[in-house]
Amino acid sequence: MRARRGFIERSIADITATLEKAIFSEELARKEGLLQNLDPRMKVITFLALLLAVSLSQGLLIIVALYFLTLLLAWRSRIPLGFFIKRVWLFMPFFTGMVALPALFNIFTPGEPIVTLWQTERFHLAITIQGLRTATFLVLRVGVSVSLALLSVLTTPWATLLKALHILRLPQVFILILGMAYRYAFLLLHTANSMFLARQSRTVGQMPGGENRRWIAASASTLLAKSYHLSQEVYLAMLSRGFRGEAQMLDTFRLKPSDWLWGATLLALALLAVLM
Amino acid sequence: MKMRKEPIFELERVSFTYDGKVTALREVSLAVAAREKIALLGANGSGKSTLLMILAGLYFPALGQVRAFGNALTEEAFKDESFAFSFRRKVGLLFQDPDVQLFSPTVWDEVAFAPLQLGLDQEEVVSRVEEALRLLRIESLRDRAPHRLSEGEKKKVAIASILSLHPEVWLLDEPTAGLDPRTESWFLDFICQLNEVGHTVITATHDLDAVDLIADRIYVLSEENRLIAQGTRQEILSDRELLLRCNLTHEHRHRHERLEHAHPHRHPERHIHPHE
Ligand SMILES: Nc1ncnc2c1ncn2[C@@H]1O[C@H](COP(=O)(O)OP(=O)(O)O)[C@@H](O)[C@H]1O
Ligand SMILES: [Mg+2]
Repeated sequence: MRARRGFIERSIADITATLEKAIFSEELARKEGLLQNLDPRMKVITFLALLLAVSLSQGLLIIVALYFLTLLLAWRSRIPLGFFIKRVWLFMPFFTGMVALPALFNIFTPGEPIVTLWQTERFHLAITIQGLRTATFLVLRVGVSVSLALLSVLTTPWATLLKALHILRLPQVFILILGMAYRYAFLLLHTANSMFLARQSRTVGQMPGGENRRWIAASASTLLAKSYHLSQEVYLAMLSRGFRGEAQMLDTFRLKPSDWLWGATLLALALLAVLM
Repeated sequence: MKMRKEPIFELERVSFTYDGKVTALREVSLAVAAREKIALLGANGSGKSTLLMILAGLYFPALGQVRAFGNALTEEAFKDESFAFSFRRKVGLLFQDPDVQLFSPTVWDEVAFAPLQLGLDQEEVVSRVEEALRLLRIESLRDRAPHRLSEGEKKKVAIASILSLHPEVWLLDEPTAGLDPRTESWFLDFICQLNEVGHTVITATHDLDAVDLIADRIYVLSEENRLIAQGTRQEILSDRELLLRCNLTHEHRHRHERLEHAHPHRHPERHIHPHE
């Protein structure tokens, strides 16, 4: 019989599985689809324009429309829609809940109350229309932005994405950090997972809560020490192969007419969304 | 043994400690001439990897002197761009842990890293990469992410990534660990060929069978991190007592018909065994 796994263990296993499927396996990035066939530089530019439109637009409906555009693009790129929608909106409460929740109330967003939760002579707690509007904007903006970012990552092999960013003259350090972050995320998640598995195989029954927490704290520090050591060694390995602070890469991208057409269309749409 | 001139590495009473606590080398002195085939022999923890990192100009000992190609090998010396460039170009280090060495997003990029950092033109880069992939028979892995490969495949990619540098001096840290038998014997042959065409090869290992093939001269490190013996291959390998004292086990390979198997065993006393 398997011991019941705790919340943290389940979350780690879940995050690993998602990342594995979404990013590390690059299974989706190698499919034949609309976004997969675009020039990665053009893709990065147009997605940045869309992101900008999402954060600048003042209309709720426009943001919703941009979300449907995102879904359409995902569908044309053979991304499983259920997976794509669920992953973004299930994680949303974690990221924005903390910020969006207080905004609902009259304490933070004064205005016309629609639901009164608490009423005494000196204290009044209510959800306001303005608060609801602010919170909805926030959640939608973040959700659609995350969807756009996820979509571009899902449809581009990581190596190609980094190269495109490099060619678009993003600072070297930034690209190197992204590259390393990706590698460590992979390594750390796998290490964490195997540490959990190794412990599970040695534990009969259930560990008491306190002991479990201590174990998790100790493992976390081991993981950090490992990743620190690794980053030092990786840097030495790069040095020994001639790295001098600026990585050189080959530029092999070519723009097709369809890329220009895509670029013009999407930039026009983004501009329209901001102006409307 | 012929005496050769041009010493390329000279160490004089070098001691190295990690974080001022763990001692990895104690007063090690050695000299390596160009075109030599050398083994650093020692049990786990005897300081072989540390010694290679020093030879590669990645660690700098606080005590003792290191000279390479007639120059002092110090942190200061590497601040001189032209010295750093010419040294990195001449000396290739194969790390013990291939995970450290593989930091690029794809196998192709990994193998192209060194030639690109050297500033070679595109055609030369491509031809070096293709040559290395072909020699290691890993053309089919070109688009894969190095960190997702099997241990043996990782090792091959790591070897290819040094090969594309075309170094004069090869520093190899347990190069055959994790390789399948066919690739292992290919690589041992390859090391001998490198040496025959004029490269210097320094290999750290505890595998006595491998040493037999890839070293003319051997330095032995004790478990107390001291250099306790040096001599020709014949001198060292026939000194059973020395090997035993350094906790070095001898692996016997036996062939039964077409099956090959190896089992480690120690030599309680001198005995003779036929090789082939
Ligand atoms: N990064 C490090 N930090 C602290 N101690 C280390 C580090 N690397 C190696 N050591 C210690 O230094 C000694 C020599 O290690 P090493 O050079 O890796 O030996 P070998 O390669 O022969 O196994 C060992 O006692 C080891 O534990
Ligand atoms: Mg070692």
